[in-house]
Amino acid sequence: MSRIQQAFARARAENRAAFVAYVCAGDPDFETSVEVCRALLTNGVDILELGVPFSDPLADGLTNQLAAQRALEGGMTAARVFELVRRVREFSQAPIVFYTYYNLVFANGVDSYVRAAKAAGVDGILTLDLPPEEAGEVSAACRTHGVETVFIIAPTTPDERIATIGAVTTGFLYYVSREGVTGVRDQVAGNIPQAVARIRARTALPMVVGFGIGTRAQVAEVAAHADGVVVGSALVNCVRDHLADRAKIVPAIAARAADLSAGVKRGRA
Amino acid sequence: MSSVATTSSPDRLSLPDSGGHFGRYGGVFVPETLMTALSELAAAYEVARDDPKFQAELRHHLKEFAGRPTELYFAERLTQHCGGAKIYLKREDLLHTGAHKINNALGQALLARRMGKKRVIAETGAGQHGVATAAVCAKFGLDCTVYMGAVDMERQALNVFRMRLMGAKVIGVEAGQKTLKEAINEAMRDWVTNVRGTHYILGSALGSHPYPMMVRDFHRVIGREVREQILAREGRLPDEMIACVGGGSNAIGFFFEFLEEPGVRLIGVEAGGRGIKRGDHAARFEGGKLGVLQGCKTYILQDEDGQIELTHSVSAGLDYAAIGPEHAFYRDRNRISFAYACDDEVMEAFQLCSRLEGIIPALESTHALVHGFKRAKAMRKDEVLVINLSGRGDKDVNQVAKILGVKL
Repeated sequence: MSRIQQAFARARAENRAAFVAYVCAGDPDFETSVEVCRALLTNGVDILELGVPFSDPLADGLTNQLAAQRALEGGMTAARVFELVRRVREFSQAPIVFYTYYNLVFANGVDSYVRAAKAAGVDGILTLDLPPEEAGEVSAACRTHGVETVFIIAPTTPDERIATIGAVTTGFLYYVSREGVTGVRDQVAGNIPQAVARIRARTALPMVVGFGIGTRAQVAEVAAHADGVVVGSALVNCVRDHLADRAKIVPAIAARAADLSAGVKRGRA
Repeated sequence: MSSVATTSSPDRLSLPDSGGHFGRYGGVFVPETLMTALSELAAAYEVARDDPKFQAELRHHLKEFAGRPTELYFAERLTQHCGGAKIYLKREDLLHTGAHKINNALGQALLARRMGKKRVIAETGAGQHGVATAAVCAKFGLDCTVYMGAVDMERQALNVFRMRLMGAKVIGVEAGQKTLKEAINEAMRDWVTNVRGTHYILGSALGSHPYPMMVRDFHRVIGREVREQILAREGRLPDEMIACVGGGSNAIGFFFEFLEEPGVRLIGVEAGGRGIKRGDHAARFEGGKLGVLQGCKTYILQDEDGQIELTHSVSAGLDYAAIGPEHAFYRDRNRISFAYACDDEVMEAFQLCSRLEGIIPALESTHALVHGFKRAKAMRKDEVLVINLSGRGDKDVNQVAKILGVKL
């Protein structure tokens, strides 16, 4: 069983949802980023979603845009992102999923990018601006090199399209709980139970829910229904809030992850 | 310029395919949230396109509101000055709101109304597309929000004020290099968030399917008129046609009727900025490579890792890292060739056209003039050259004065 499937199986065995954490690779600098990953993975994170910084992240809200900008200004390159994964692999066997944009995968050849990602220790790839209709090359490369694919389902995705998306997904489905870009919201979208049921009726793949989730209570609310809960901007904000004193970033992230990840257990109580 | 013979092209009307591909270019590369809206838009557009009522309504507004047809003007003094081919200017600058952009804005606003969308968003670089969109939204009573890079808002302050006068909300974008690319990112973020009730009037032959096709179709009227007008004036088709290319909407509309006329050379002119050095220009075919940006696969200025590069041009409307996918397709087939013009040449031609013809051209269109003058000099006196004067330069006079060191 792959690392990704093991993570879901373990969570299921513990009668809870998996806790998926997003941070931007290299934010705000390489060494801090390594320690951020360590803090996450030792504080309840089951799956690490690494944002690969892109100059034009059009599916992301301001929090993640600025994180990408900090990472790029801090010298992150494709090679450094792979290097970051290798460093994390020195201390963790948790699944790592790239959250990225297609041009970064495409620029030097899809196959060689996926091969390099696999060699570094990446388990899955989610390409935000790559719908299944255009994903043939990525799917083929992922199959060849043993990397799992993750695709998004949106509230605007019609029923018949869910099966199409499921058919090209090998890792898990990512339901974005609302129309819009990434970022913390005051309230979790109201119709998540119905949406989860709508998707479950059409695919057996594990399904995580994300976008706009930022408190333990929100995590618990979503964990009652989904196989996994994704928190991103709320963690990235811990980086943003301590830029003046970077030593405080890692403890802040650790505390936040511990607090949020408790939500996945309470959701099933 | 290419001297290779034209390879056989498919029927120009057969492109793009149903997935929006022009050969290996184009396509649909957007977040899942937009997929349904885009396929609904493509379906609605295809029905409208084949509906004689829609076309009649569009023709009516193009005539009464936009001021079509525009003249094909013989530039006698420029012709004398260059001493070669006869130079004609297609006067898209005479259209209401000052540029060809109104052709597409009208078409898409009518489509938005037909689809029952009450809110419209748009991006703008030079401000011409924003002004055109603001105007049609005012006319049809649609709520209008325009995203514009903060740098462009400063260099095109006049257009910002015009949009606001017509009731549009103009939102400045502070991210990145604060120009057209960032404005499109922000417009797409708005659309992802408000997709159910909003139509995005994209202003160039760019982005995800169906935009490159739809925007092209709304501008095809330019080339159709040129064909009629040049046949009436010269009794034959032109030898060469030249247009500036940012995303490429004026150029594809101007060229389209002539793609299957091998005797007519077609040349697109990109922005050479301060010269072809990384970050100093926006000539995608000079140093760009295949990639995916903001919805489509095409030539893009990018670094080794695929990060989009900074661009520069004196004209905000050409200051963009990607080129329309259909242009890339016809370049591969040697049907459209490309050149570039640099900022300093543009400043010279801007003044020359103003002085010799009494026409102040938009800085974007002036790129076509720069190359047109070079070509005219190299061509015979019995040859005919048509340049698309896609917009007027009123919006640019403050910036030009500043560059020339003139205090207004």
